[in-house]
Amino acid sequence: MTSIIDDIRKTARQLLTEEKVDVVIGYEKGSLPLKATPCFVRSPQDVDKLIWDETCENNLAAFVVKTPGKKAIIAKGCDSRALMVLIQENQIVRDDLYIIGVSCQGVIDQRKIEAETGEIIGATITDGKISVQGIECDKVFNFTEVKDITCQTCRYPNPVLEDVHIGGSIEVLQQATLFADVMVMENKSDSERKAYFKEQMGKCIRCYACRNVCPMCYCQECFVDCNSPKWLTGGVDSAENLLFQTGRALHLAGRCVECGACSRACPQGVDIRALSRKVNKDVKEMYNHESGLTEEVKPALNVYSADDPEAFLVKE
Amino acid sequence: MSMGECLVNTETKAFQPKIVAFLCNWCSYAGADLAGVGRFQYPATIRTIRVPCSGRINPLYILKAMANGADGVLISGCHPGDCHYMSGNYVARRKFALIDSLLKHVGLEEGRVSFSWVSAAEGVRFAEVVKGVTERVTALGPNKGVFKVEDGGGTND
Repeated sequence: MTSIIDDIRKTARQLLTEEKVDVVIGYEKGSLPLKATPCFVRSPQDVDKLIWDETCENNLAAFVVKTPGKKAIIAKGCDSRALMVLIQENQIVRDDLYIIGVSCQGVIDQRKIEAETGEIIGATITDGKISVQGIECDKVFNFTEVKDITCQTCRYPNPVLEDVHIGGSIEVLQQATLFADVMVMENKSDSERKAYFKEQMGKCIRCYACRNVCPMCYCQECFVDCNSPKWLTGGVDSAENLLFQTGRALHLAGRCVECGACSRACPQGVDIRALSRKVNKDVKEMYNHESGLTEEVKPALNVYSADDPEAFLVKE
Repeated sequence: MSMGECLVNTETKAFQPKIVAFLCNWCSYAGADLAGVGRFQYPATIRTIRVPCSGRINPLYILKAMANGADGVLISGCHPGDCHYMSGNYVARRKFALIDSLLKHVGLEEGRVSFSWVSAAEGVRFAEVVKGVTERVTALGPNKGVFKVEDGGGTND
């Protein structure tokens, strides 16, 4: 890990000194333990702020659209897929972007740690061991135990789009069944699924953190903020929360890159992935499309074929 | 009467659903017109909303109709290949398949939201579709579904 960060800093310093880019988007140490925060480095002196470890959980592609000028970005596999979709959707100019690709081992899910130690007061990471000082107890975790659920089934840890690669690449796990988690849900009865989503949506407080961290949620005016027509009221109601979450999942159909940033950002621990994963599975099965892998393949909902499935039609 | 209340036939006490029908201007709307001109009977359960093309239908229209208390939603456009705008219904078809699948996944009853292709020449078929949809929605009863917002969903009335 240390050599990776040295190389990242070296590359960033070089880019800024040679004025190839105006800003390097990366991670710095956050104000809370085990939380990295996105940072924007604009001068070579500040390059040493940059860090790279298992706490770098944000999808930095979310900041690219809003950052003017030429920029370099530190991209994990999922960040690079998001950048690919943004390029496909003409949101960013490829020439203004310098992608520093880094293969990613996965990131930490703090909730798993906090479930055992209580609020985290301090923590250090050394060689895949995370020693946590919690408010209730201290504990040492193996990284694999507390790896985020999205990262556990990650199939694209290596960037799909990059200008330079730093560090080695990671061997991709071969999975017997893709979308095993969605299948478990699908095999439940209608009433069980209904109850599950009702419970999940009951927790949602519609803070829109999921939308704000999402690299694909870049609409100038989100439907939740629109007051004519008024899609949502100000009240908190699990039915309305479900309208928001399903509406959002459908907007992300064929675009979601499964970075899991939405679920990690959720302060209430709502299983937001359950919806987007289901849509991703449908898109994969019906249209054989996975978002953000190559520039040539158009997003699933931008194209069509004459023989698309239409099992959903009424029987009359 | 607001959308949230359910209609009950005063004579028979039978539940009569309110179904929001999004019909494309060029085919299904004309099909509904033909059903009327030809005097083909179908239940007076649908509230038609004319849209320029089935491709114009936003998933939020369906969700919002359910939230505001519609007992059912019917979406109908031109048959694939017959779109007035060449490809609107092909694009819509991909979207509809995903909407249908996701809504069932989150626990919306089968039959609440229906999709169909009805051409301008299919007046009889339009009547059949509405009959079928009405039967299924009536069997399900009033919308107490996952999207129904109890306080009227901010309809401002």
